[in-house]
Amino acid sequence: MVQKLDTLTETPSQTAGPYVHIGTAPTYAGLGGIYEHEIGQTTYQDGAEGEVIEITGTVTDGTGWVLRDAVIEVWQADASGRFAGQEGADPKVTGWARVCADPESGEWRLGTIKPGPVPMRGGGWQAPHIVLWIVARGINTGLQSRIYFEDEANGDDPVLARIEQRPRVDTLIAKKTGDGRYRFDIRLQGAGETVFFDM
Amino acid sequence: MTATRDLGPLIPRNRDAHPPAYDPDYKTSVFRSPHLPLISMESTPSEETGPRFGHARLGPLDNNLILNWTKGAAPAVGERILMHGRVLDENARPVPDTLIEIWQANAGGRYRHIKDTYFAPLDPNFGGCGRTITDENGCYEFLTIRPGAYPWPNRGNEWRPMHVHVSVFGHSFGQRLITQMYFEGDPLIARCPIANTVKDRGQLDRLVAPLDLGRARPMDFLAYKFDIVLRGRRQTMFENKLEGM
Ligand SMILES: [Fe+2]
Repeated sequence: MVQKLDTLTETPSQTAGPYVHIGTAPTYAGLGGIYEHEIGQTTYQDGAEGEVIEITGTVTDGTGWVLRDAVIEVWQADASGRFAGQEGADPKVTGWARVCADPESGEWRLGTIKPGPVPMRGGGWQAPHIVLWIVARGINTGLQSRIYFEDEANGDDPVLARIEQRPRVDTLIAKKTGDGRYRFDIRLQGAGETVFFDM
Repeated sequence: MTATRDLGPLIPRNRDAHPPAYDPDYKTSVFRSPHLPLISMESTPSEETGPRFGHARLGPLDNNLILNWTKGAAPAVGERILMHGRVLDENARPVPDTLIEIWQANAGGRYRHIKDTYFAPLDPNFGGCGRTITDENGCYEFLTIRPGAYPWPNRGNEWRPMHVHVSVFGHSFGQRLITQMYFEGDPLIARCPIANTVKDRGQLDRLVAPLDLGRARPMDFLAYKFDIVLRGRRQTMFENKLEGM
């Protein structure tokens, strides 16, 4: 026998299921008005510092079929690289939002502020990025991923540097399609599979 | 919030405690599970920070699913229950001030959702979602009705056990968790491919809420207790290495 540890084990995940929107985006599900303030509508308010951008994309399964039911949560720093709650953070940036795939087309759209570089613990910088958490029916544990930007210096990013197969880095880079507009498609499985993290 | 204080990296997720992404008995996961391994690395400030939600944004009925859809005008149909519990982290510390959201079917097993077409009727007095914020001890409560079991397309004759979907934030985005609460004694749990994506029997048992008569109110509601554990932080005296050491 040995001494007993006083650490606990995390509660197991379960799929969010097809009706995840009821609890996370009630207006989308058809329950508009059940809450006075629905959360997760936007990452910023008018007057936030920085460039307003729009990112669109889809989430596809291993057969190439576009998911209509995916929900993506995003979390990001403000234009100066500070997260909400940190000293000096832009009070107009919450940095968190929920994005639902369109029930007909499966397209999702995120309007946000372009984040700044974020300092690492112990020095160094992460290139501007948005952290993603993707849930849907058939996804047993929410998937962590990231959006980086084609028009930023990603070469020294310590997270991207951990990806051995260099062509896979490309799956995390949003492509510029116009002024302040980006495209970011997520592939859950198979050819061009998006990089998912365990962080 | 003391965000500038470094609480240390998140404890790496023990993937054996969670369902595998690919489970052929749950057919949708076959198409939606990554084939390539996850890239494992230490958390960064982007995973260690996270959104915070103030009590001020919640309404007084937000955690009362019996009354929140009708704004208190008429109660939902069903067996009245109190769902309560405590949120801790792996360091066994309570997680206060964290948002919990739940959603569920009505007493007949029907969801109020644009995509649910099951022929059990909607209850005009039941919406099916609620939310609350844990108190200073990490405790939370919902008043709701026991959801019905419902059929779903998977194998030939598949029924979900009675369950409540639960979403928890914690204080770090990397702690984000969605799970499901089941009810003690439900014979459908053992037959459910979604519940049984959790391969460790001890871990599956942790999703089954026991009847808690001590918290039931006589002549009013039964109670079920559902405690939740989120990822913890690895905090040591050696965490912040001096330059050059
Ligand atoms: Fe469900």
